[in-house]
Amino acid sequence: MTFTLYSLFEAALLCVNAVAVLHEERFLSKVGWGRDDQTTRGFGEDPGVKSQLINLIHSIRTVMRIPLIFLNIVTILFKLILG
Amino acid sequence: MITSNNFTSAIKIRLQGGRRSRQQKQPLPPQYGYGQGPQFFDDTTNIYPNLQFQGQPPGPATGWNNQTFGQPSFPGQQILGDPMAAMAMQYGQTLAGQGKVIVNEKLEKFVSVSKLKYYFAVDTAYVAKKLGLIFFPFTHSDWSVHYNQEEPVAPRYDINAPDLYIPSMAFVTYILTAGYLLGTQNKFSPEQLGIHASSALAWLTIELAIILLALYVLNIGNSLKVLDLTAFCSYKYVCMIAAVLASLIFSSLGYFAVLCYCSLSLDFFLLRTLRVSLLSQSTSDHYGGGSRRSLYLLLVLCVVQPFIMYWLTRHLVLDVGVQSNVME
Repeated sequence: MTFTLYSLFEAALLCVNAVAVLHEERFLSKVGWGRDDQTTRGFGEDPGVKSQLINLIHSIRTVMRIPLIFLNIVTILFKLILG
Repeated sequence: MITSNNFTSAIKIRLQGGRRSRQQKQPLPPQYGYGQGPQFFDDTTNIYPNLQFQGQPPGPATGWNNQTFGQPSFPGQQILGDPMAAMAMQYGQTLAGQGKVIVNEKLEKFVSVSKLKYYFAVDTAYVAKKLGLIFFPFTHSDWSVHYNQEEPVAPRYDINAPDLYIPSMAFVTYILTAGYLLGTQNKFSPEQLGIHASSALAWLTIELAIILLALYVLNIGNSLKVLDLTAFCSYKYVCMIAAVLASLIFSSLGYFAVLCYCSLSLDFFLLRTLRVSLLSQSTSDHYGGGSRRSLYLLLVLCVVQPFIMYWLTRHLVLDVGVQSNVME
């Protein structure tokens, strides 16, 4: 089973890229996963699964926007040179 | 490099320290490691100071030095008969000691070695009892972890505490038994060991990532640390070793029988242990919903373990066809 740590890195990079292309205005709000629809909750209560997921998507998009550029460039070069 | 030397020597001391701990009547006073404050477990790293890099191994050094100055032995000392040079040597050694302390403090920020040491504070009695518990947890009654002022007691004193010694040893032993099994089927080559190691590590990382994601999204498990979770997810390597060894003796019937029994006992063990730690934080503001979610997560985790064990070992035991080593 040739499942190496590098293929794990590739899979994670693809997943993070997939999360990064979910635009908030153009897509997520249209399907009802926008962040401004979630304000009608109390504070200190249990935040539901959906709002946790929305927060997670938003944080991934915010944090990984710049590092993803470099990681993608590095991976593309790596695959170009080493095949 | 210095700290990795220290770490491996600490692991060797741990292995030898297990035999001596039975002879000691009272535990050692707590050591203050790297200026981090008092630790609640006996840090046995510094019992044998002559094994650290500043001392000398007794064999080769005594053949070299002259012992005329009565100072700590240093190869080539007879050349530096000058007391000034000897003083400079002492100063250099104290500087090196201070440098070692600074490097350790810097490393602490990234890897947190002192927290890691807690998980390796085990002795042979604990390891034997824990292994027995993994294979037969049905008669054990008290599953709660004992705390010592808000911090869990070291695994040496509490059998229910998780440790990382058994998982790391089980991982290495699993790689070696996989290599041995491949050898009996004439499929062995040294690259296979590396392939198996990285494959098992990758599956462990995926499992951990999925569980951590689930813990975040479902908003439970605030006190379950990452290293605890690593330990619990790696206890299945022990069962995989047992199943694979059974396949050596009894071929595929023994493999499936041991796999089924070990899945049962491992699931029971995980259920009992994690139920105590996960459900203890279902506080009043969850209104019972949180404990239900954590119970579901626990059940899913227990159901998934046998499948992962089967998936990781099936190509060693059954004839699943020729594996190609070419990475696409």
